[in-house]
Amino acid sequence: MKEKGNFNFLKWIKSAKVNKVLCIITFMLVPLTLLFVFTYLPFAKMIGFSFYDMKYIGGREFVGLENYLEVFTRDDCFRALKLSLYYIGASFIQLALALYFASLLSFKTKASGVFKGFMFFPYLVCGIAVGFIFKFFYTRGFVLDTVLQWCGFELDNLPYWLRDTKINNFSVAATSIWRYMGQNMVLFIGAIMSVDSSLYEAAAIDGASGWDKFKYIIFPSIKTIIVLNLILSITGSLSAFEPPYVITGGNFGTGTYFVIMNKLAHESQKVGLASAMAVVLLVIILIATMLQKVFFRYFFGEGEEEAIRTVRKRQKREALEKQKMANGGGVS
Amino acid sequence: MNNNNMAKVKKVLWAVVKYASLLLGAFVSVLPVVVCIITAFKSPEEYAETNVMDLPKSWTYFKNFTEAWDQANMALAFRNSIIILVCVLFFAILTGSMLAYILDRFKFFGNGLIRNLFLFASLLPGIAMQVSVYQIMYQLNWINNIAGYIVLMCGTDVISIYIFIQFFENISKSLDEAAIMDGCTYFGVFFRVLLPLLKPAIVTVMILKGVGVYNEYYMANLYLQNKNWYVTVATSLFKFTGPLGNQYNYICAGVILTMIPALLVFILCQKQIYSGLTQGSVKG
Repeated sequence: MKEKGNFNFLKWIKSAKVNKVLCIITFMLVPLTLLFVFTYLPFAKMIGFSFYDMKYIGGREFVGLENYLEVFTRDDCFRALKLSLYYIGASFIQLALALYFASLLSFKTKASGVFKGFMFFPYLVCGIAVGFIFKFFYTRGFVLDTVLQWCGFELDNLPYWLRDTKINNFSVAATSIWRYMGQNMVLFIGAIMSVDSSLYEAAAIDGASGWDKFKYIIFPSIKTIIVLNLILSITGSLSAFEPPYVITGGNFGTGTYFVIMNKLAHESQKVGLASAMAVVLLVIILIATMLQKVFFRYFFGEGEEEAIRTVRKRQKREALEKQKMANGGGVS
Repeated sequence: MNNNNMAKVKKVLWAVVKYASLLLGAFVSVLPVVVCIITAFKSPEEYAETNVMDLPKSWTYFKNFTEAWDQANMALAFRNSIIILVCVLFFAILTGSMLAYILDRFKFFGNGLIRNLFLFASLLPGIAMQVSVYQIMYQLNWINNIAGYIVLMCGTDVISIYIFIQFFENISKSLDEAAIMDGCTYFGVFFRVLLPLLKPAIVTVMILKGVGVYNEYYMANLYLQNKNWYVTVATSLFKFTGPLGNQYNYICAGVILTMIPALLVFILCQKQIYSGLTQGSVKG
């Protein structure tokens, strides 16, 4: 190259080493920029905002920890966190139902595809449509009341499902069971199907009952994914937002923590206070996640990691087999 | 003998319980939607007079649908949603698969860190972040701007990265090496060799991300506030929260209209949706 006197740019670009670096940089540029601009920059800004008294537009005033104090002293913020208990309860029911239906539908069942499809479809309905559907469903004298009247209840004895503060949080939390149970079920079915089927055959020969099969084969093999979903559902419950937002708008005492935060941020424009609320919940979620991790490690030993490792090993083995098949297809 | 009989009775009983519970589950799942369909076919008078569970007089009364279509400006809503969906899916899949290619095929300083950054990002609750994302979008002048909204939605999520990485792990590296030997660049390896092989993973991500983007209500509502121009299918229903709030015959028709595309996709690609969800969950 040097003899010719000019530097061959094209060749330089094409040389493997440069090409590799160039490829890494260009391919990562967009995703990392997006990640930075829409996740980590807002994250840093949010922490910054939480120390100011400010609106979206106009001046700001440094107030130190005042916003945080307000979060802890306002009665609506922390009371709202208690509502998470309803959603945690709902998610436990949801997981139990999903597990039950998944173990039914994974084995010979008539019309299992239809049942699966019906129970899964609510997951694909958009949030606000769910809101309207259930506003309608719970309206006085409408769907739910009619069904209950068929079952012999008197309309006068039935509560107002969305207004009665004794019951409305149950009603709203129940809609999230309706929406997400099918999704959990499909996940569990996938996990159950990936269990080595010879185990079931062996169990059948040994005369194991359905319950034995569940207890000794299904449950232990899909423990990891159950635990994972449990963790997700607890953090999800702490940040419950959509059901009350679209169904009641957070009225009649159904405003969860985030519904209140959303109101403060976008209606009252108390950006500083809302940011402080977000930071507080974030810390709670991180602590909860870590506690759960420690807790489950204590209970299940290294079960989680072990299961992940087995999955990886199996994938590697399958890949190897595939390769072998591809290479030695003619021989065998 | 007796034992045998007992076993039989037990078996029958179990079958009854099993199918009864399945029927109940399916009934509860479809009931809210079915009642919506029934109501959507009732004229206003019929809606006012009959019980919600009574079947409509005629299944060919489509006025609610046309009315809802016009009221909620759904022609525009569908156009906007399709534009958003196509752009977001195209860019998100392109950038997502590129990133996964880099993370899986190259060992370099910071590889693990980047993976962890994406993982941690998924822990941050989205709603909470919007307080400050809104401010950034405001400063960029991207409120009421479809292109801006598309860029925001393109942000790669950890699940699609994991699906792509998993897929790359199963494609033999000798394929890359052979292509490099033949004089292919690393870009060429990705675009000419690997991307075509990635099709199943692309379908999976497309479905998962597509459902999310199509149904996104909160962010669409926040960043596309001008409902006259930038309405999406999900936010078009917002129209019914106002003075029309009690006329459920229109509302139900609107709800059904927004559901139809999701229903079609579901019927056509049931298998891919199920397997996509399952793959997405084993993210380790």
